Amino acid sequence: MIQAKELTFECETGNYHTFCPISCVSWLYQKIEDSFFLVIGTKTCGYFLQNAMGVMIFAEPRYAMAELEEGDISAQLNDYQELKRLCLDIKKDRNPSVIFWIGTCTTEIIKMDLEGIAPKLENEINVPIVVARANGLDYAFTQGEDTVLAAMAQRCPRGKSISSSEPPLIIFGSLPEPTANQLTLELERQGINVAGWLPSQKYTQLPEIPEGSYVVGVNPFLSRTATTLMRRRKTKLISAPFPIGPDGTRAWIEKICSVYNIVPKNLVEREKKIWNSLTEYLDIVKGKSVFLMGDNLLEISIARFLASCGMHIYEIGIPYMDKRYQSAELKLLQETCLKKNTAVPRVVEKPDNYNQIDRIYDLSPDLVITGMAHANPLEARNINTKWSVEFTFAQIHGFSNAAEILNLVTRPLKRNIAYH
Amino acid sequence: MKLAYWMYTGPAHIGTLRIASSFKNVHAIMHAPLGDDYFNVMQSMLEREQNFTPVTASIVDRHVLAQGSKEKVIHNIIRKDKEENPDLVVVTPTCTSSILQEDLANFVTRATYNSKADVLLADVNHYRVNELQAADKTLEQIIKFYLEKEYQNFNSPIKKTKQPSVNIIGGFTLGFHNHHDLTELKKIFKELNIDLNLIIPEGTQVAEIKDLPQAWFNLVPYRETGLKAAEYLYSKFQMPYVSITPMGLRQTARCLKEIQEILNSQGWICNFEDYINDQTYFVSQAAWFARSVDCQNLIGKKAVVFGDATHAASFAKILHYEMGIEVSWVGTYCTNDAEWFQKEVFDFCQEIIITDDYNLVATLIEKSEPDAIFGTQMERHIGKRLNIPCGVISSPVHIQNFPLSYKPFLGYEGSNQIADLIYNSFTLGMEDHLLEIFGGHEVFQENSLNLTLNSNLSSINWNQKAQEELNKIPGFVRGKIKRKTEDYAQQNNINEITLDVMYTAKESNHQI
Repeated sequence: MIQAKELTFECETGNYHTFCPISCVSWLYQKIEDSFFLVIGTKTCGYFLQNAMGVMIFAEPRYAMAELEEGDISAQLNDYQELKRLCLDIKKDRNPSVIFWIGTCTTEIIKMDLEGIAPKLENEINVPIVVARANGLDYAFTQGEDTVLAAMAQRCPRGKSISSSEPPLIIFGSLPEPTANQLTLELERQGINVAGWLPSQKYTQLPEIPEGSYVVGVNPFLSRTATTLMRRRKTKLISAPFPIGPDGTRAWIEKICSVYNIVPKNLVEREKKIWNSLTEYLDIVKGKSVFLMGDNLLEISIARFLASCGMHIYEIGIPYMDKRYQSAELKLLQETCLKKNTAVPRVVEKPDNYNQIDRIYDLSPDLVITGMAHANPLEARNINTKWSVEFTFAQIHGFSNAAEILNLVTRPLKRNIAYH
Repeated sequence: MKLAYWMYTGPAHIGTLRIASSFKNVHAIMHAPLGDDYFNVMQSMLEREQNFTPVTASIVDRHVLAQGSKEKVIHNIIRKDKEENPDLVVVTPTCTSSILQEDLANFVTRATYNSKADVLLADVNHYRVNELQAADKTLEQIIKFYLEKEYQNFNSPIKKTKQPSVNIIGGFTLGFHNHHDLTELKKIFKELNIDLNLIIPEGTQVAEIKDLPQAWFNLVPYRETGLKAAEYLYSKFQMPYVSITPMGLRQTARCLKEIQEILNSQGWICNFEDYINDQTYFVSQAAWFARSVDCQNLIGKKAVVFGDATHAASFAKILHYEMGIEVSWVGTYCTNDAEWFQKEVFDFCQEIIITDDYNLVATLIEKSEPDAIFGTQMERHIGKRLNIPCGVISSPVHIQNFPLSYKPFLGYEGSNQIADLIYNSFTLGMEDHLLEIFGGHEVFQENSLNLTLNSNLSSINWNQKAQEELNKIPGFVRGKIKRKTEDYAQQNNINEITLDVMYTAKESNHQI
């Protein structure tokens, strides 16, 4: 095979399967403990959430649909009055510290002025209302979190002005508490104090973000949040690869250290130690090929880590490629492929699933990372698959979770069913 | 606006997609934003379908909002036509396209000029009908389209099959135990010497639709989806139909007797009496089972029933007439079919609930404190919370309601299944009795693992943060992680476990 040295970027038709961005509600309501998420949409949105969230729905979640009826669509009902009625109900029953309004396709099309209504209603009912437009017209899957965090970034207190010699560091991206603690601890080991996380465990504990702070992302799908933090909150973005896999985690920490003029201690050894502990997994994946169909924007980081593990990456499908926000990650991907002497993959933005399946038949990769709509049909055609959704919900960040990623990736490769 | 946490029926387009994907070689194109193709996930995961779901989306994005779909929908139809060679493409509107009010009908007409496949626009309004109504409507629409194409003049004589034959209108993608029900119905008709003309839509090609009128009559096992098609066939071709669901011994007998009458009236003299008796008392176990002494324990027990109209009504009747169980109330979320439902169950149920609000159902269950619930997955979870057993008898359902083994709800084998389900849902008779006498099960204390942990506790200290972290770990693995962390600490001569120690321990042993 002729090996490309540069990453190639393509863009297809956008006919691909992914989750609706309102799915972010399912993990954000758990992360932000005093929140309530109100999705303002139709039965279609409700049906999706109900099925995608599975059993979570029965645990009395802090989320609900404001289901739009014909009267709402034809403006026979007054949006303001309707939302007020619902939000008062929510306040009475759940008493949250914040209500998130999740705008959907329908509120976009009928141009419901959520951003306009929210401040008025907020004063009236005395509960903060944060508006995020997480709709399928504009965004895919994890980008839903991006719209919520971008809206939250505006609510963080300004705090005292800071000395320019050592600006505070705020990390953005919603991670399970243990993972967030681990990353905080990693930085503390290097003598870097993490001033706060966006989002915090509670809405009432949002971090202060003074002008001139440093901010760094933990996930590749947070470009709006990054933009908001830079432009609206006048912070400085540390552009780093994401702390996914030991290689990514080390690069992430190194980059943060370099900004604070710290020479990282013990980091190379630490990475090496983690790699050593992964040997049994690496033996399985080494030399195998993988095709990422693309649906959650984690694809570049996952592919870079798998290339580090010695896998050949055929194609990286991705819903949306922000080359600026992901620049450091893209660079690391290319370097990794060259170092490992494997093909530099093509990145296909807005992929076309039908064409991709054609290419999968041609290439017959050892593993396809794909959504659940294609997994069973591909398995039935003897192609190993891993559901991409699991990477979104599993703990994959930091040094110690590298094993978790490989655990997911190797599971279909390990399975050798004997019928005789 | 309505505050909603849970819905019993899905949006209209799901109904249309269920019909379209049930036919063979029919492709659906949704006019929808990114992410609305969740149907494909359900098809692939719940039904464990091995083929790609024949549904694609013509994506509505910002550009479409600004300029309209223009050629996009047409292009997508023609592209699918070339790629997959379907017989029919069903263009499916969603809630989004309902309000965009684009002239989809025009796109469809224009696409037909360039495609080999027929193209139809599903005639459903998102804001007026639910999943089941939409499915009913779409099935009628497809049948009508192909019959009108074939029979320009409805007065032309239809050639009936020589032997008596039936169309089964029912059996859909994602239907509750539909595949098994069909197998059972086929078996019954074979034994009655009634030929199967067509099963529609499941597995049928649209080209076969023209043969529908050749059958002597139609059977509609599930009234939510299929009734409209049967009514249409009756009005245009004078085809009689039976809509008594053959669920339970009594209902199955009524259904077969009605079929007998229809055949007799068409000049085919037959008598199913012997068959029914033979099946009821010798082949099926359910009748004997209900009389056996063990089932005496069920007499006077209270149950509540909730589900779609077909399953809830049939089940309530089985409980009341065949098992002697008191039905405190029965309800359905098929609010559009309330009148029929009330008529079916009013003579033995004091209270009839018509609602699609699960909160109300939960409150009612709590209030009536039944011994068992028969409902949907939602009622199962309500039951879990209240510690009341629940048998699942109707959609909406989870993956465990798509069993691999043969589990029909209809016909004689269905009666056996149902009897098992009912019996197993109540606390088993003797067990119940003994529990009462001896004052309940012995409650097991925390398992021995925890005891050994506690005895170790003194040697190693957990600081507060680490302890908090440990408490966050799910119970079923907490013990293991605690043990491994302490092992690590001991090996490394660490006296106090901090967060740092915890994570280092985890890294040194990723099996934790």
